[in-house]
Amino acid sequence: MQPLVLSNLTVSSSLGIGLAATFDALAAQRSGLAPCTFETAQVDTWAGQVDDRNLVPVTGELAHFDCRNNRLAQLALQQDDFETAVAAARNRYGAHRIGVFLGTSTSGIHSTELAYRRRDQTGKLPDDFHYAGTHNNFSVARFVQARLQLRGPASVVSTACSSSAKVFGTAARMISAGVCDAVVVGGADSLCLTTLYGFGSLELLARGPCRPFDVHREGISIGEGAGFVLLERADPIPADKPVLLLGVGESSDGHHMSTPHPEGAGARAAMEGALRSAGVTPNDIDYINLHGTATRSNDAAEDKAVFNLFGDTVPCSSTKGSSGHLLGACGVLEAAICAIALREEFLPGSTNTQELDPTIRVRYLLANEQRAARRIMSNSFGFGGSNCSLILGRAA
Amino acid sequence: MRVFVQAISVLGPGLAGWGASAPILAGDAPYVTADLALPPITVLPPAERRRTGISVKLALSVGLQALEAVAMPRDTIATVFTSSGGDGQVIHEICQSLATAERDVSPTRFHNSVHNASAGYWGIALRSHAASTSLCGYDWSFAAGLLEAAAQCLADRKPVLLVSYDAPYPEPLNGARPLVGAIGTALLLGCDPSSSDIAELEIALDAMPGEVTRMTSDELETLRANNPTGRALPVLSALAKGRNREVILEYLDVGTMKLKLSFAR
Repeated sequence: MQPLVLSNLTVSSSLGIGLAATFDALAAQRSGLAPCTFETAQVDTWAGQVDDRNLVPVTGELAHFDCRNNRLAQLALQQDDFETAVAAARNRYGAHRIGVFLGTSTSGIHSTELAYRRRDQTGKLPDDFHYAGTHNNFSVARFVQARLQLRGPASVVSTACSSSAKVFGTAARMISAGVCDAVVVGGADSLCLTTLYGFGSLELLARGPCRPFDVHREGISIGEGAGFVLLERADPIPADKPVLLLGVGESSDGHHMSTPHPEGAGARAAMEGALRSAGVTPNDIDYINLHGTATRSNDAAEDKAVFNLFGDTVPCSSTKGSSGHLLGACGVLEAAICAIALREEFLPGSTNTQELDPTIRVRYLLANEQRAARRIMSNSFGFGGSNCSLILGRAA
Repeated sequence: MRVFVQAISVLGPGLAGWGASAPILAGDAPYVTADLALPPITVLPPAERRRTGISVKLALSVGLQALEAVAMPRDTIATVFTSSGGDGQVIHEICQSLATAERDVSPTRFHNSVHNASAGYWGIALRSHAASTSLCGYDWSFAAGLLEAAAQCLADRKPVLLVSYDAPYPEPLNGARPLVGAIGTALLLGCDPSSSDIAELEIALDAMPGEVTRMTSDELETLRANNPTGRALPVLSALAKGRNREVILEYLDVGTMKLKLSFAR
């Protein structure tokens, strides 16, 4: 694919609000995870919750979009001069030439969970429940598009935990097809009872903070957050050595709805696709930000897939011990972490991993390493066997 | 963007497959409403088949029917699934359960609640490792899916199967988001012309509002206006008629998608 410039990016999660706070947490290997106190949930787990005090209601003309998910999106949009950068792009290209492609897994379903508690005697949902602005998956793209005053194409990718990685592929295709000159990608996912109780029922929740690739890992910690990236053509490449999107690979497991292919066949196909798309070989990758959910099956399968393709020399880690698993928003969070790593010239270690699983064969980083990487891969794999790998790099 | 329609299918109330529906959609046969009849999904292992509801069955059925006469190995074809609400029955059951003291969410129900459940079962059924995405564009989900499928087809120079499907929620969600009928359609798009093409399709977006193409039959117009996948009916109608024409779909809050259909014969 033709490289694209990440001309602006921002991310907010329990790690920090905005890029600088996120970098500080990563540099100190600080975790945003804490015992889960979300709403009325009685689930014995930890979560990466964004402080409610930061989640300001959506008001005014866009008030019908008000829900936890869009409050997170709103919070993220307000950081890192992102809206200013989009406004400049809007002036450059025109509002109709900028696409909005975002990922979410559960959108504002928490609003529906709450509305079901308030059904009247006939079973009807309360009149103040606004389905299109909250529950529907498209809500976040429509909200962001309206807030950014954009009028180009828009859609939401909802492929569980690969959602906000796959939107980078959509963006590349839309720019390559000439439908857009620039694209806002990213996504938002917010804590809700559906995922807390759902992952609980699958016995995939860790009781303490999640421990990716640890011998005693016992599952995920759910996190929440939102992030956005403004992508534009890299022609000519700006002189300030920006971070570039170099490749995207997408695949399916075709194996099981909630368990990864044991040999990581789909994961491998996605990574190979990303390498092909970037026109590079495994030797050109300096670090891999693993999906690394800290479930027994994901980490074992991903280790096999990565080892079989890259061997044991490429440094790898999962940053979910810091952020938790942002589900539909983990793709953009981890793309942002990779961009930070490229800019700040370090490779993030795996927070909360205490005793590395001895069966793991990849070169797994427990502590941060000071090192300038040129190209980084980020893996995101989801339920339904949906896999996506991205390659980001620093312009020479 | 210019792509080529290589195969079509449709299932909905009174629309029992493309062969039976084409004369109705062309206006040559009367539309008679009837319950949606879905064939058993024999490609899914029985255990998985039991776990799927009407939305997944609808999506898989139209996808498989579109590929019936296609020579390509089905597991190599990239897919774009698009739907406004995914499996609404599962979402309803989860929300209902979460409103009780027990909050008992079954593991199967939870993994079926993901918007890409249809794509997941498609992959399992065909043992496919091909790329697949699952989109939502609210009322404009079909147009969003068509745009994505065409862009992917052109970018990767490979055929892409678009599967659009929408079934109503049960109450009370149906009261908040009322849909009419359960409708699915699938289009196989290719990037290069071939002798077996059904039509050439040129897609353009216009950020300005415009006059959208409606169905002439009142019943079909009701389906078009009240089901996100029903929005595809004017396109299917043009494909059934087989005469060059332009179809205009509503696209997002203000714009339109203009589709120019050309037929070689």
